[in-house]
Order: sequence, then structure tokens, then C-alpha cells
Amino acid sequence: MENFLIQAFNGASLASILLLISLGLAFAFGLMGVINMAHGEFIMIGAYTTYVFEQEFAGMFMRTETHDWGLWFLCSILAAFVVAGAIGMLLEATLLRRLYGRPLDTLLATWGVGMILQSLARQIFGAQNVNVGRPMWLTKGFKWLWVDVNDAEAVKALKPFWELVEGVRLPYTRLLIIGLVAIIVLLIFYYLRRTSAGRRLRATMQNREMAAALGVKSRRVDALTFGMGTGLAGMAGAVLTLLGPVGPTLGTAYIVDAFLVVVLGGVGKLRGAVLAAFIIGMFNTFTARYLMTVEMEVISASAATVAKVLVLLLVVAFLQWKPNGLVQVKTR
Amino acid sequence: MLQANKVDAYYGQSQILRNVSLVVPPGEVVCLMGRNGAGKTTFMKSVMGLVKSKKGEIALGDTSLTKKTTGQRARSGISYVPQGRGIFPYLTVYENLLMGFESAKPNRPNNDTIAEMYAQFPVLETMKGRIAGTLSGGQQQQLAIARALVSKPKLLLLDEPTEGIQPSIVFEIEQLIVQLSREKNISILVVEQFLDFARSVADHFYIMETGQIVEQGEIAHFTDEIAKKYLSV
Repeated sequence: MENFLIQAFNGASLASILLLISLGLAFAFGLMGVINMAHGEFIMIGAYTTYVFEQEFAGMFMRTETHDWGLWFLCSILAAFVVAGAIGMLLEATLLRRLYGRPLDTLLATWGVGMILQSLARQIFGAQNVNVGRPMWLTKGFKWLWVDVNDAEAVKALKPFWELVEGVRLPYTRLLIIGLVAIIVLLIFYYLRRTSAGRRLRATMQNREMAAALGVKSRRVDALTFGMGTGLAGMAGAVLTLLGPVGPTLGTAYIVDAFLVVVLGGVGKLRGAVLAAFIIGMFNTFTARYLMTVEMEVISASAATVAKVLVLLLVVAFLQWKPNGLVQVKTR
Repeated sequence: MLQANKVDAYYGQSQILRNVSLVVPPGEVVCLMGRNGAGKTTFMKSVMGLVKSKKGEIALGDTSLTKKTTGQRARSGISYVPQGRGIFPYLTVYENLLMGFESAKPNRPNNDTIAEMYAQFPVLETMKGRIAGTLSGGQQQQLAIARALVSKPKLLLLDEPTEGIQPSIVFEIEQLIVQLSREKNISILVVEQFLDFARSVADHFYIMETGQIVEQGEIAHFTDEIAKKYLSV
């Protein structure tokens, strides 16, 4: 039982990150027919933005040797969104705009862009991974706020996780990620359903010619949407700094799964993406966990790799049955 | 209101329109007829800027449209109801109507205009929360026309508004077109295959064959011989 809860929790946290990443991919493909192979590099850009932000500006946000309120971290998530979004819009305006309607060309071009961005990161930050600090409420929890910092015993007793029941430890970092993604997804739902910009986006996605004929400035819609997608990838990069070190190839680990989420969910449907992210996230963690418990003398690969292969097979099989993905809307 | 002067248009390498000149006078209804594949829809699209015309001039009143983008043309006062209606299938009826305000001045939703449209097309009010793709063909056509009228256009382009629609709604659309041109002084260019419909709404007619205008004139001069020569299959 404990084991199940822990795996479900890890699955949910992986699903949240995948969702944040795949939204941008789904928008870019659904709206513009762009297959963005450089999407992983926007995750990396977001992560390095957080790193730079911590190095340069953390001191301005009431951070001292003993106290880290973590305000800088929250701001750096926004900074990651802005920086990755701006670079995304620059890429759209300079390169992708010329390739609309040619998905295979966008695939090759963005792959090249991705390699350039990785090399640039290596030039600027070095091939070595870098580490980003964590706010104290993530390493010690909110109890830290009312514990006497001079009382070494009390400070030592603070743990970086929330013990739901005996043996089920939920790290604050992953709780933060799940919560943050939930808020972002709600905001995107609101943006798509309730704002005029969101309505323009949906209309352009459904019938580009007609939207233009009604007076929608589709170029602006394209640029904003692409920027929003890469910005979300940047935010994913910012929260990934909580889970491990930051390197030039940070994004590549997630990008394949994110593409699987897009095809499984059905292009251009937010509900489908949410559902697909959870299915893939959960399936990944549970299978990897299960494979670790069985003897694997035949297969000389790690449990995580085999789990990924199984997810891929699952998605391929599913698409044979429903080629348009999980969520389809019927029309006349 | 609309002046098209010697327009040529291509799809890739193949020429679709040759030297097409057409005028829609202010507040009048012009019917563009011709067999399938004659280039009628392509002409509508080149007025809207959805097909680039390589030669020729298109103007709305005193403003030349030739160099303008589709969006700019819409904002300068042209509304387009394409063949197949072009509604947004996953938006609600109400959201589809709101999209009409994109080219309105000022371009923000106006409840009075929406109420006006609901009065004109009561079925849209009863269906306002429905996903537009689930409407019947006739309802979708009414929605597409209402969406086009929301921006209070000077020129309305209707591409086969009666295609696949039950007779009672065809009659309603017929009356609406006459009313729009008489009372609201909207100029209307309508592509139509249905002769009785064309005769009862239009002031002028143009006939197109293989991308060229071959006949034109007052609707009174649209004789059975002309119909037989150019339109019978």
C-alpha cells in the first residue's frame, strides 16, 4: 500500500512535468504544423535562466546565509517563462514563419536549432552540470518559519518531505511541482476558454483561412502561441532544477515522452493532453518500479529503459485502434 | 462598392482566373454564376486575399485592396461567408458570433449587435451554448451569415448560401439578402447555381466560364437562352 502511494505520487509528479512540456509542443503542432525538435532546449534555457537568476539576483530577494525565503525562486520561474518565451518568439519570427505548412522541414530545422542551442549552452556555462539551490521551505518545510533557528536540535528535526502516513514520504519539491502545474493548467484553461486571445487561438487552430477572413491577425496569434509554448517549457526547466543538476542536455530526457503525450492525447485538445500525461507518467513509474522487483537476467537494460520501451509500444498499439488520440470531438 | 479590374489568379502553375472585371454597385446585389470549376470561388477568395492575384486591381470604394492582407481587407469592411460555411466547429454558437467582432469597429463584443442577430435568427439564441459543429447545415449557414453581419460590413460575399439547405431556410436567406441590400445598403456579391434564387435576389448578373466573364448585365436580361447556353449541364 505504501509502495503504491509513493509510486502514484511519483507518477503524478512526472506527469505534471510532461504535461507542462507537451502543451507547448501540442500548440505548435496543432496551430502551425510545426514539429519543434528544439523544444527540449527551451527546457534547458529555462533551467539555466533559473541558475543565472540565483547567481545574480538571489541576494536582492532577502536571501542570507541562514535564511532563504525562496522568493527569488518563484521570481525565477517567471523569468524562465519570459526568457524562454522571448527566444521562442524570436525563433518563430526568424525561421519557423518561413516554413509553415511544411512539417518535415520544421522538424529538420528545429533539430538543427536544438543542437546549436545545446552548443551555445556548453560554450557559456561549460559542459559541467551546475546546481541550483532550493528555498528553505522546500528543504525544511513551512515549519521552519516558526522554529528557532538557533535551536540546532529543532532545525535538524525538520525534514524535506511530508510524511503522509508512516513510510509514505512526499518530498516538498515534488508537491510544489504538482501544485504549480495544476495552477498553470487552470490558467491555460481560463485563457483558452474565457479570453478573447484564447478564442482567437482556438479559431485559428480550427480554420486558419476563415479566422484570417474575419480579421484575426494570425501572425500575431502564431507568434504569441509559440512563445507561450516555449515559455511553458522554460517553466518546466525552472522546476526541474529542484530535481537534479542542470546541464546542456537536460531537455532531451523529457522530449520523447512529451511527444508521446501529444500523439496519445490528440493534437490541440487540452483535456487529451492532461489525460495522456497522467497515463504516460503513471505507466512509466509503475512499470519501472515493477521491473525493478523482478529478476531481469534476460534483459540487460535498466528498468527505466524497459519501461520507456513498454510505454512506446503501448502508445503505438493504442494509435492503431484510435489514430486521432484519446480525445476526439464529433462534428457533422 | 467593389471594383475588380482585370484580375488574374493562379493555383500553383495553373491559371484559374483570366482578366476578370466585375463591379458591385453600392447597395446592390450581384450574382456570379457559372458551372462547377469555372472559377467563382477562386474569384471570391481573391477578393478576400486568400488567393493571391498576380495581376489586376481590386478596390473597395476608394481604397485599393490589391496590396492588403486578408485581415486588413476584412477590417476595411468585407465579410465573407465561404462555401461550406466555414464555421469554427469546436467553438460554441455564441463564440462563433463573437469572432465576427474581430473586424468590427471598435473590435470588442457588443451585446446590442448580438441581440440584433438573435432577433434576426432566433434559432441561434436557442442554440447559443451548443458546439457549432453539431448544428444542422441550415443552422450553420445562418450562423455563418450572422457572424459575417456582426461587423456591419459594407460588402458581403456569399459563396453558395443555398447549397445543401432545406427550402424553408433558402426562402429566409433570399428575403434576408433583399432586406440587407434595400434597408441596410449593404452591397452583396453572391455565387449561386440555383437560378430561381438568383433571379429573385439579384440586380445584376455575371456569368463565368473557364475563368473568364462571358456574359453580364441587368438581371432582367438574364434570359433562358443564356441560362441554357452557359449553365445547363
